[in-house]
Amino acid sequence: MPVDETLSRFSDWSYNTATLIYVLAMVFFAVEQAFGRAGRLRAERTAAPRRELVGAAASGPSDPASLTPTSNASGASATPPLTPAARRSTSRAARFGRMGVSLTVLAALLHLAALVLRGLATSRVPWGNMYEYMMAVCLIAVVTWLVVLRKYPSVRHLSAFVLLPVVVLLFIGGTMLYATAAPVQPALQSYWLIVHVAAAIVSSGMFLVPGVASVLYLMRAAHESNSSRFAKLAGHLPGRQVLDRVSYRTTVLAFPIYTFGVVCGAIWAEAAWGRFWGWDPKETVAFVAWVVYAAYLHARATAGWRGKPAAWINVTGFALIVFNLFFINLVTAGLHSYAGVG
Amino acid sequence: MTSDRQTETEPSAYRATPARRALAFIRNTWRGLTSMRTALILLFLLALAAMPGAMLPQRSLNEPKVREYIAEHGWWGELLDDLGFFAVYGSVWFAAIYLLLMISLVGCLAPRSVEYFRSMRAKPVLTPRNLSRLPHHATGTVAGDADDVFAAARSRLKGWRTTERDEGDGYKSISAEKGYLRETGNLLFHFAMLGLIIAFAVGKMVTYEGQVIVHADGSEFCNSGIYAYDSFNPGLRVDGTELTPFCVRVNDFEPTYTDIGQPIEYRADIEYSSGDDLATNTWRPYQLEVNEPLRTAGDRVYLLGHGFAPVFTVTFPNGEKRTKATQWRPADQTTLLSDGATKFDPPGITDSEQRRDKQLAVTGLFAPTPVFNGKILSSAGPRLTDPAVAVDIMRGDLGIDSGYGQSIFSIDQSQVEKGALERVARENLRVGESITLEDGTEVSFDGVRRWVSLQVSHDPTQVWVLGFAVAMLVGLALSLLVKRRRVWVRVAPAADVEGGGRTVVEVGGLARTDQAGYGDEFDEIAADLLNQDTRSP
Ligand code: HEM
Repeated sequence: MPVDETLSRFSDWSYNTATLIYVLAMVFFAVEQAFGRAGRLRAERTAAPRRELVGAAASGPSDPASLTPTSNASGASATPPLTPAARRSTSRAARFGRMGVSLTVLAALLHLAALVLRGLATSRVPWGNMYEYMMAVCLIAVVTWLVVLRKYPSVRHLSAFVLLPVVVLLFIGGTMLYATAAPVQPALQSYWLIVHVAAAIVSSGMFLVPGVASVLYLMRAAHESNSSRFAKLAGHLPGRQVLDRVSYRTTVLAFPIYTFGVVCGAIWAEAAWGRFWGWDPKETVAFVAWVVYAAYLHARATAGWRGKPAAWINVTGFALIVFNLFFINLVTAGLHSYAGVG
Repeated sequence: MTSDRQTETEPSAYRATPARRALAFIRNTWRGLTSMRTALILLFLLALAAMPGAMLPQRSLNEPKVREYIAEHGWWGELLDDLGFFAVYGSVWFAAIYLLLMISLVGCLAPRSVEYFRSMRAKPVLTPRNLSRLPHHATGTVAGDADDVFAAARSRLKGWRTTERDEGDGYKSISAEKGYLRETGNLLFHFAMLGLIIAFAVGKMVTYEGQVIVHADGSEFCNSGIYAYDSFNPGLRVDGTELTPFCVRVNDFEPTYTDIGQPIEYRADIEYSSGDDLATNTWRPYQLEVNEPLRTAGDRVYLLGHGFAPVFTVTFPNGEKRTKATQWRPADQTTLLSDGATKFDPPGITDSEQRRDKQLAVTGLFAPTPVFNGKILSSAGPRLTDPAVAVDIMRGDLGIDSGYGQSIFSIDQSQVEKGALERVARENLRVGESITLEDGTEVSFDGVRRWVSLQVSHDPTQVWVLGFAVAMLVGLALSLLVKRRRVWVRVAPAADVEGGGRTVVEVGGLARTDQAGYGDEFDEIAADLLNQDTRSP
């Protein structure tokens, strides 16, 4: 299994270019955030009573049985009428936002190319070491966010917050974890591994989005209870309800995939290591993260735990996923560490 | 759904006798234990309690590391040890948490199952009076007779569980509900998880795992008892007397490597005999690979590792020869530089005193791809390319008869310190080369054989675990992705239209779980019902 150096070089090039374009897109989104702000603030002032109402509905329990008019104004919050000046400044900002989306799509395509070229260069699936794994996770995170944008266009100006961790991870991946293209060891050659790691990648990438949304939720909540906190940022975040919904909907999709990934991992471990579960550090942290996400779903169905506590739990879950990726691979010596830095 | 039920204080007329108080206490404890909030807290505790297992070395994975940790951390290490932090998953507190969680789970599932079967037969709830107060609402006037419109609505809602009602004054309504699979999935998920935990716990009782090294030269291993293994880890209920009989013969082992010595594939060429084949001495071939364990007689045989056994022949002064190939252990997993000790008893000496003075051991290093740095031997890679050994020949009392077991990979250093065992030669040898000792004894390095280390695992419960895991997945997907939703339709003849033939249709909708995503489906239904002019009923 020779490694194709040319393809591998093209892959590196795509990776670096994609990272740079993400940074550029972030700038565009930041501009939308900043310029859109003035207009939105003015709009919010004129529409204050209306907002109150939506806010009240948002904080009410989403009690399944209740017949209260929870979401006649659900989803994207009703846009209040704008003054002409406000409309001009928001529409200019929106243009930046749309350009940001285009750039993100372009970068995602290059990102995908980097991954595919890696796979072609090594004639295997491109998730055989941490560098490739990180690359794939980030791609999924971006794609998930683009899908969220289609469903909730009103959160577009938050894109910079999602791209920030993505860019940081890509930077860490490209500098500290970079591994030259190479084949993988015998223990890593298995269909179950392919499926297992693919599910881990997809779910981890998806979990990034609720993680970010929950952080924003907490900032927003802190700002609402004391307007001097996060005054610069949180003032123009969307309502808590929208952030909560983005978190919940994405988590609910990612969680079964994650569970599937853990089950596949167990099946693979049974074939490769002689036992399906052995409390290896990586398995343990995966289990803990799973339990935490289960707690998140429970919290959202328990009175007194919705909202802020649930958001904290979701953030904890994502922190564990990241912890599992870095700490366990790089610091502890378990069976899994050999899948680590090539 | 069981949400938090607050236990109310009983009215004052109620006399609290001790028996009643005890009963109330039990009831309150039970309610507390089975509430959602308790489940949530127990889940956190479980997560928290599992964490040290990832952060601290664990006995089951790495015993030497645990000892090292304790030695390094003094009283702190000993305290952790006493509290069970180096065997987290067998500790009392970990068991306590998951037992409580299981009780909570049962207590939560039992009433929910009852509720579930009741609701499966229940009719959808009555149509609310004011549909416009619902999250989703649409209304309009359509052409057609009220009865026809009603029938059309009925057929549009096929697949929903519906109930119809004549509300008087010409008003008729349908209540429809869909998405019962959500609750089914949720219950399936939780029950399957319960099953999985139980199967896992039973597994800990009845499993065993044994490791053994077998030379890849046609040697055999039989699963006939604990003594056949180099190491054996039984479950709590395994005494090793009832192992499933089967035998494995290892004919060959050949690894393949890339140019730079990265392993590509390990494959052992084996034959096995189990069940009825044992009686007829029938052997079936199998290619044992890293991810392809042999599954036979309900057990699994894994290829765990491999290494070398250098072959030495000792020609004693009296002309007698002894040839031995003892496995040496890889000291470096990438270059397979190995160390070990091959031990010989002198022949023809019956007096045990004398024999002990004349025992021989060939100890040192083996390199598959040798590199010499001066006289120091190291290995450049795992492939066998003109291998070499760097050995000390030790003579004297090996201490084998002392009654203590000793490692096959090394000599007993205390014998050397006592002066009972002496180095009589040190040499680097290639295959075919030999050393002659001062008494005429000749030690030659004849070649090398390979060995593989096999693991036999027995776990009859693991298929159950797998089954429950799959059921959990199915339940989870249903429960998280299906939406429980309701729709109500109310029709009435339009009052203000002369001659009739027009009907007012009002539609209301409510998702019982999460509103997002229901809107589109509702809009479609509403559109279908409100645009009936084009569709003849
Ligand atoms: C052993 C630990 C437990 C785990 C890992 C766990 C896991 C989960 C998960 C992943 C979900 C979301 C999927 C679904 O809706 O089916 C869920 C939902 C649920 N669980 Fe558990 N569960 C556990 C114990 C319990 C207990 C003890 C109770 C009862 C007190 C309970 C009650 C519920 C309820 C009512 C829901 C539905 C929540 C909703 O409607 O969104 N669970 N559980």
